[in-house]
Amino acid sequence: MLIGVIAIQGDVSEHVESLERALAERGEEAEIVTIKHKGTVPECDALIFPGGESTTLGKLLIREGIGDEIQEMKNAGKPIMGTCAGMILISKSGDEQVAKTHQHLLGLMDTTVNRNAFGRQRDSFEMELDLPFLDSPYNAVFIRAPGIVDAGADVKVLARIDDMIVAAEQSNVLAFAFHPELTLDTRVHQYFLDKLF
Amino acid sequence: MELEKLRHGTELIKRGFAKMQKGGVIMDVVNPEQAKIAEEAGAVAVMALQAVPADIRKEGGVARMADPQIVADIVASVTIPVMGKARIGHFVEAEILESLGVDMVDESEVLTPADNSYHIDKNDFTVPFVCGARNLGEALRRINEGAAMIRTKGEAGTGDVSEAVKHMKQIMGEVRALKGMTKEELIAIAREIEAPAELVIETAEMQRIPVVNFAAGGVATPADAALMMRMGADGVFVGSGIFKSENPELMAKAIVEAVNNCDNAEVLAEVSKGIGTGMKGISVDSISEGDILQNRGW
Repeated sequence: MLIGVIAIQGDVSEHVESLERALAERGEEAEIVTIKHKGTVPECDALIFPGGESTTLGKLLIREGIGDEIQEMKNAGKPIMGTCAGMILISKSGDEQVAKTHQHLLGLMDTTVNRNAFGRQRDSFEMELDLPFLDSPYNAVFIRAPGIVDAGADVKVLARIDDMIVAAEQSNVLAFAFHPELTLDTRVHQYFLDKLF
Repeated sequence: MELEKLRHGTELIKRGFAKMQKGGVIMDVVNPEQAKIAEEAGAVAVMALQAVPADIRKEGGVARMADPQIVADIVASVTIPVMGKARIGHFVEAEILESLGVDMVDESEVLTPADNSYHIDKNDFTVPFVCGARNLGEALRRINEGAAMIRTKGEAGTGDVSEAVKHMKQIMGEVRALKGMTKEELIAIAREIEAPAELVIETAEMQRIPVVNFAAGGVATPADAALMMRMGADGVFVGSGIFKSENPELMAKAIVEAVNNCDNAEVLAEVSKGIGTGMKGISVDSISEGDILQNRGW
């Protein structure tokens, strides 16, 4: 098993460490590879988009030619998870903020995303969030977080804050507006790994 | 939304914000047009300023926080985070920047210090701070005051990368030297470098400083940016290096690509071609002692 973490920019090492912890907890083994350039994604069995700056990540993904590779991976039914900026990149369309920066979106999920749905950094927050696949709340860290404002019929909503969708799933693709990689609680990564093992 | 359930400005959120900047380039800008050029080039954030460090150095006098109108205009012009500089110890400038919606405050030696004894108590703020450091003790003192991110001081506004190199090697070397030390030895080091013992112990265990560590102060070319990344920087601030160069659009984009390809000399050669000349700059050893910015703060 080979799990890729897109490493163009953002909190890559945090995702790698979370994956390592989650794998150790479940007693499974997999190799983890960080990806900056074209050519590695096709070898991966699963893929993670870290948090970071979506505008930057989108531009560099396209410049590096990784976008098409990810599209093929999605079509092959392999698990893909995006957190925060990753949720934006996974979406099909975005609000005017997303449009004005000519943001490149991969359209892996039938969703419309709002780039900074909860405001600027001073509005960033932590909260206990209920997720349907967990039996107790998850400490979710939202940093200049996006939110899904509209989702197609095939998208399964996993969590909302008011009207904003903050966790969603569509076949093999998972999107979270918060950062499961910033805490020691590996349950979200375990949910992702459940799709692989 | 049940507001009482939300926790704002926690250490996790502040340090987390800095982590999202990793592998990125943060660019100094003085107006919305420059901010848009930076965003288009792939910057992860912009630093909103009244003047870039090279001009601050040239003009002399007292350098203060930027005009709030400039900051507000830049905040409104881009979707990436916007940072702003406050004078060392000037907590009111920091409060003003926070109220303008700035995403991170740089308590910066590039501006004239407002307090010669104390830095800002950054733990009190909701917004995260970045601070400059020349060595491990200075970095850990700033973290103890609440800094969520550290950058090398280097020597801002010079286009001479040598001081940033010196400070990055100094910090990395001091962290490496902690490896294998006993707790009592670490406590003795803490006393020596005037830093809290628990942060020295945490640094020794993690084998890195406990927050994100960027390079800053003299980075002027794609090769400079790649050099700093290769030394272990988590990312790069570029001040005067972009908008004092011949072609800022090309320089900005090339520096972003250089950071992502810092270990590939062929790509670095390619991105560095035909981007015009870099900022003219001034070598650090030709600057008189009184004009050295890195000695501000302690």
